[in-house]
Amino acid sequence: MSEAYRRPVSDTWWLKNPNYRFFMYRELTAVFVLAFLLVFLYFLRQLASGPEAYNAFLRRLSSPWSFIFHTAALVAACFHSSTWFNLTPKAVVVRKGEEKIPDAFLITPNYVGWLTISVIIFLIATWS
Amino acid sequence: MAERTITLEVFRYRPGTDKEPVFQNYTVPFRDDWVVLDALNYLKDQVDGSISYRWSCRMGVCGSCGMMVNGTPKLTCAAFLKDYYPGPVRVEPLANFPVERDLIVNITDFAHKLKEVKPFIIRREEKPVSEGEYLQSPAELATFKQFSMCINCLLCYAACPIYGLESSFVGPAAIALAQRYNLDSRDQGQEERHDVIFRHEGIWECTFVGECSEVCPKDVDPAGAIQQAKVGGALDLVKSMLMPRGAR
Repeated sequence: MSEAYRRPVSDTWWLKNPNYRFFMYRELTAVFVLAFLLVFLYFLRQLASGPEAYNAFLRRLSSPWSFIFHTAALVAACFHSSTWFNLTPKAVVVRKGEEKIPDAFLITPNYVGWLTISVIIFLIATWS
Repeated sequence: MAERTITLEVFRYRPGTDKEPVFQNYTVPFRDDWVVLDALNYLKDQVDGSISYRWSCRMGVCGSCGMMVNGTPKLTCAAFLKDYYPGPVRVEPLANFPVERDLIVNITDFAHKLKEVKPFIIRREEKPVSEGEYLQSPAELATFKQFSMCINCLLCYAACPIYGLESSFVGPAAIALAQRYNLDSRDQGQEERHDVIFRHEGIWECTFVGECSEVCPKDVDPAGAIQQAKVGGALDLVKSMLMPRGAR
């Protein structure tokens, strides 16, 4: 049996390298996305419970803490989405003959789709 | 003018003698055209013959001189001392592998995984030599050529935190090589590689840190290979649900 030495992996391994840190921040932003979705589910429940519960929920939404949370969640979701959009050319390779098509052709449609859907949702939400 | 020097902090582990690894400092002459491997060879020849490490070609082809240089996986034959001047330069064995002695790691685990992905062309039936070679267009070659550049140096495994935490992960190079053969128009072995690639310890263990592709000295982009395999696997699953068997 070999006496090979196994080096322990420290809990702070991800602090040692800027790319590891970037990875961890990207993954951590998912926590904000999850928290937002939980709030959103609660919102749906209050909506279904009747006008009183719904209005009480709206009042809570206008508190400064709620504003800070939603702003942070929006920033986190935008960061999370853009990091994945930018990685699209890694996962999807489209070739024209022997050459790969430029990365921008794969990245840009994501942003265009994102913007289009956001505008449509905004228009529906403000329709009156 | 006094000769310029640079300090190397070399990871030492002598099984049977050392319980824990120690760092030993050596001073070597600094030369613009020296790489870390030249400094190690100087030490071994002139200063301390007991230092153990692997090397062979000195030109980035054999893939045997990979070590951690100041914490980053590098081929030491391509890591110039001038990029680390004034030093010190910390030289350690590749991370995530058990250390046999000094800078030598045990790569049995990778050798086993490499064998598992069957990195060779598999034909259901070989055609006779009289029918000629298997032809391939430049466009077909382009689909996998990048992945075929792998020299098994294992810098990608040393860079992969997932492999460090879960050594059952098949890992970057082995999956990139499986993808290399899966994409080869002459190959018919996808099903034989399927279980190794698509099991939990295969592509789905990868969380796309991406550092494997950053450190790869041959621009193989194993992170890309793994994500492409994920997309391919997901599409196959959808196809298998939508289409009757045999139509795929």
